[in-house]
Amino acid sequence: MLRRTLASNMRAVVGVKHTVDYNIKVKVKDGKVAKDVKHSMNPFCEIATEAAMKLKEAGVVTEIVAVTIGNAKAAESLTKAMAMGADRSVHVVGEQAEIDGLETLQVAKVFAKLHEELQGDIYFMGKQAIDDDQCHVPQMVSALLNIPQGTFAAGLKVADDKSSIEVTREVDDGSQTLSMKLPAVVSCDLRLNTPRFATLPNIMKAKKKPIDKKKLSEMGIDLTPRVEVVECAQPVERQGGGKVADVDELINKLKNEAKVL
Amino acid sequence: MRRIQRCVRWVHKKVTEEDITAFRNIVGEKGVIVDDVTKYSMDWLGKYSGECPAVVRPATVEEVSEVMKYCNEQEIPVVPQAGNTGLVGGSVPTGGEIVLSVERMTNIISTDPLSRVVEVEAGVILQSLEDHLLDHNLTVPLDLAAKGSCCIGGNVATNAGGIRFLRYGSLHQSVLGMRVVMPNGDIVDMRNKLPKDNTGYDMKQLFIGSEGTLGVITDVVLQVPTTSSSCNVAFLGCQTFEGILETMKLARKHLGEIVSALEFADEECVRMSLHHTQNPHPLGEEKAPYYLLVETLGSNEEHDMEKLENFLNIAMEEHVTTGTIAQDGSQAKLLWAVRENITVSFKDFGDKNVKYDVSLPTSDFYQCVTDTQARLDTKLGEGKANVVGFGHIGDGNLHLNIISKHPGCAEHLEPWLYEWLTIRGGSVSAEHGIGVMKRDALKYSKAPAAIELMKSIKSMVDPKNILNPYKVL
Repeated sequence: MLRRTLASNMRAVVGVKHTVDYNIKVKVKDGKVAKDVKHSMNPFCEIATEAAMKLKEAGVVTEIVAVTIGNAKAAESLTKAMAMGADRSVHVVGEQAEIDGLETLQVAKVFAKLHEELQGDIYFMGKQAIDDDQCHVPQMVSALLNIPQGTFAAGLKVADDKSSIEVTREVDDGSQTLSMKLPAVVSCDLRLNTPRFATLPNIMKAKKKPIDKKKLSEMGIDLTPRVEVVECAQPVERQGGGKVADVDELINKLKNEAKVL
Repeated sequence: MRRIQRCVRWVHKKVTEEDITAFRNIVGEKGVIVDDVTKYSMDWLGKYSGECPAVVRPATVEEVSEVMKYCNEQEIPVVPQAGNTGLVGGSVPTGGEIVLSVERMTNIISTDPLSRVVEVEAGVILQSLEDHLLDHNLTVPLDLAAKGSCCIGGNVATNAGGIRFLRYGSLHQSVLGMRVVMPNGDIVDMRNKLPKDNTGYDMKQLFIGSEGTLGVITDVVLQVPTTSSSCNVAFLGCQTFEGILETMKLARKHLGEIVSALEFADEECVRMSLHHTQNPHPLGEEKAPYYLLVETLGSNEEHDMEKLENFLNIAMEEHVTTGTIAQDGSQAKLLWAVRENITVSFKDFGDKNVKYDVSLPTSDFYQCVTDTQARLDTKLGEGKANVVGFGHIGDGNLHLNIISKHPGCAEHLEPWLYEWLTIRGGSVSAEHGIGVMKRDALKYSKAPAAIELMKSIKSMVDPKNILNPYKVL
């Protein structure tokens, strides 16, 4: 009888960001975004974690490692990822000042550095973080590691031999399916899945799963900022609209008030 | 003193064109609606409606006063209406009454963040008030599924309960003052803003819960709590109802003062709610026959989480077989959505549904559901009606619902259910009120002398019985 080849270990690395909670109304104080508000895992990172979990449940992925770069409190998002099913985490801890000034290229470089140790087969990330909306990191990681990227993923299939994946992406005029060899970076979009609720037993177990802490300042990455924030302000409040009685009044208002005619 | 005969229809005047013109003179053209009045003349359930000759919508308390004065002189019956979200037919005409709607009175007059007092007009929608208060780090002391449409005036007039009753108490406690227009048009200004004021009889208490039969509330002064920075929601499942009761005890013991809501639902209710919203089950495949939603509100995330985890560790050793904790604000909203969409989902499963809102000792809570199911199985046959239960278990308030496509469920349950409750010291209407639906049931929960006292007061303030007649008494 032929012996079945053992499935090779496949490791999914999920990058998660600890951001201002999606439900908080962001306010600007003294030219800076008020950050002393409730934080939680970036919603797109939840989708990324769920994507990795689905593959683990299907027996495709054997280990999930959650990674975050943030201040001490960011560990909460790692605990959440582990409550959802990640096996262990890596917490790259920075001082608040370091984190405040952190730029996306630097974040991408941290991931590239971690790849030496983690050797992820698939890097799952949210398509963007809801605090800065940069949408840079997955693409930059792909370039730095010289591996393929499947961004804005709305669908994912892993080949039977686990050497490649098919990513269906949402694009402006529809969807596009790309095939790419592993390792690869997948950035997850809204329609990829609905993140699960962590069950109580898993929430309790998550407290005991290992978190490997590393110092951001010791990662050997140049943290000098290249971007300077010139101004930060609340958007102008939308003014109420008004009704006009007839076309003449409309033209009058467009000419004399809005001054567009 | 004239005795109001319940079975004899009070002879009121029929509304004429002159009356409508008079209303237009008081509230303006825009203020009177005579065509297409269904939104005002039919209740939210689509169960109660009556002919409505006009909807009069004043914009100020003076206009309310003028309208009431006129109606009192002309003996025109008036149904005061706010959001029209009531569940006992108390806010719609029975036939011939005008509707006096406060929907144009939507100003938030003042907010004092230091003393935590807000003054609002009766037509302010609850959700709008909540949004406004949030900017001041304050919150409304009540929360109910109808919050997107119900108005504070109506909430006060019906002494609405809701999911935060457990934490913030009743409106009898939170309302500091009000302004009311009496049936004869007199304006009674009791807009006190102080938490302590023992000067004479506390008349505002009479109007809270009077269901629009003693006066029209035009302004409300509310004491409001500060928002809590730390909110946690857990959704727990037990295999037995006793397990739920034990878990509740544990929650009270280990969570203490941070508990803000304790809500119960059986699996059937959850199934129907999820069917309506098309959301996935929060517990995936790990379902249970009985669920408890526990919410905590506190001022320190770490402390609260520690208490919650301690409670859950113990609860999981005892009766909790499955559950989840919301990991962020969106998950918390989803868990609450399961509870909040139960009522609205029933329409998808039956068109002859009957709902009861009862108060009873917590230990008898689910027995009420089981006994009612047994009774309907006997009377109608098995499978003809599905009896489910959910509600504010922390307050001993059960929403008993019969989902059925067969008419006649109510006939088999009244007065049987009311008698069942009376034996156990329960109430026939915990928070929904009497309206027109439960007038005949009032006697099961109030002694004859108490009902007589109510009637005396009613006939004293409204001798012509023009304000919301045929309701409550």
